[in-house]
Amino acid sequence: MCLSIPSKVTKIDTETNMATVDTMGVSRDAALDLMEDGDVKIGDYVLLHIGFVMNKIDEEDAMISLDTYKEIIEIMEKEESDDNSLSSDLTREDRQKVL
Amino acid sequence: MEIELKNLYDDFRDADTIKAYAKMIKEDAKKLENPINIMEVCGGHTHTIMKYGIPQLMPENINFIHGPGCPVCIMPKERIDHAYVLSMQKNVILVTLGDMIKVPGSNGSLQDARAKGADVRFVYSPLDCIKIAKENPTKKVIFFAIGFETTTPMTAALINTVIKQDIKNVLLHINHVTVPEVMKELIDSRDIHVDSYNNQIDAFLGPSHVSVISGSKIYEEFPRDYNRPVVVSGFEPVDVMQAISMLIKQFIENRCELEVEYNRLVSYDGNIKAQELIEKYFEKTDLFKWRGLGNIEKSGLKLKSQYAQYDAEVAYKDILPIEEIEDHKLCICGDILRGIASPPECTIFGTACKPTKPIGSCMVSSEGACAAYYKYGNLLKK
Repeated sequence: MCLSIPSKVTKIDTETNMATVDTMGVSRDAALDLMEDGDVKIGDYVLLHIGFVMNKIDEEDAMISLDTYKEIIEIMEKEESDDNSLSSDLTREDRQKVL
Repeated sequence: MEIELKNLYDDFRDADTIKAYAKMIKEDAKKLENPINIMEVCGGHTHTIMKYGIPQLMPENINFIHGPGCPVCIMPKERIDHAYVLSMQKNVILVTLGDMIKVPGSNGSLQDARAKGADVRFVYSPLDCIKIAKENPTKKVIFFAIGFETTTPMTAALINTVIKQDIKNVLLHINHVTVPEVMKELIDSRDIHVDSYNNQIDAFLGPSHVSVISGSKIYEEFPRDYNRPVVVSGFEPVDVMQAISMLIKQFIENRCELEVEYNRLVSYDGNIKAQELIEKYFEKTDLFKWRGLGNIEKSGLKLKSQYAQYDAEVAYKDILPIEEIEDHKLCICGDILRGIASPPECTIFGTACKPTKPIGSCMVSSEGACAAYYKYGNLLKK
């Protein structure tokens, strides 16, 4: 019910206050009634729910999350390959840096 | 590197990231003094947890309690009966979202009503009502509105459009419910009849898209007043794993806080314009009855009295049934939602109660705990 779809804005019609968005190759229309005027721009990533844009996706925050995941994978892989007795303190520190 | 749409899907479902978090969670969980019961409030999270086999990735001391955050599941028969009765009226088109199609009331579901000749339409968006109303000027179009805070502003936007365009033949039957009230109810049932259902929930995984609208501020009281940490999580499996990891770290470090994992979409304040629209048209009901949980104070919304002319409950007051209907005697959905039973413990689970013929609230929609166990539960056998 509450599931929503990340989409990219491809067109904005200010007269009808509607956006056209691309959802992984599928084009849909979405109402901008829940967004402040001028807040949504072409090229923005937005979250779509039952025919409305409900918010913009913060690209910077998304990138930070994805970078964190890369580091977590590296740390956990390193921990696996290291000698257990030597690795625990170091990795704990590393992890805290990441988190 | 610039982000692409594909990253927003695939990278938050990445198997290597999930495995890395599983390993970290297992290591961290060794430091816990006591097991933790985490309630994922939202049905979308229940679905993700079961679909991606997250319980199998958890150590023994991390358990899930599947919460009541599925608006279709918790809709009581009394309200479904309202929809059914309205749909059977002459010159009425009953419109609702697709999720409601097979939810059984005491006379049957809306699908059954349609089979008997009622004009019931399932739409993608509430705004579709405008088009239907314009195409059918001699009929009343009644929108049966359901959903949590996620979906409420879309109903408000529909009323806004109806008023702006001066459309005379659209009415609304409001069944919107709110999350914080039911969370409080589950922690500390104030109803004397369910006095013993306390203290199963140690922490909450906060809903994703309710929080996009309402902001994380609505959970502030849980760490502060109820000593339950909350981490607001996205719906993708990597989001859920990260949020669980954040919760476990809070316990290890003796913290009890509100944190947001889903910060690419959730802010402290939420979507203010959407909140203003909700406040403009809706106010709290004194009580809303939740299927499986009973009456919960201030947990539902209704149209403000100045918009009564758009309220189907006012317009059709004389024909809408008011009798209370008991939940099925053998159904234990209330206990499942409170974390004191799991779906397979129910005597009618998978036998008399199945997704094709649901008896209890948790079997009704794919986001309900019983439906998720029915679909994915055999994978849980370790």
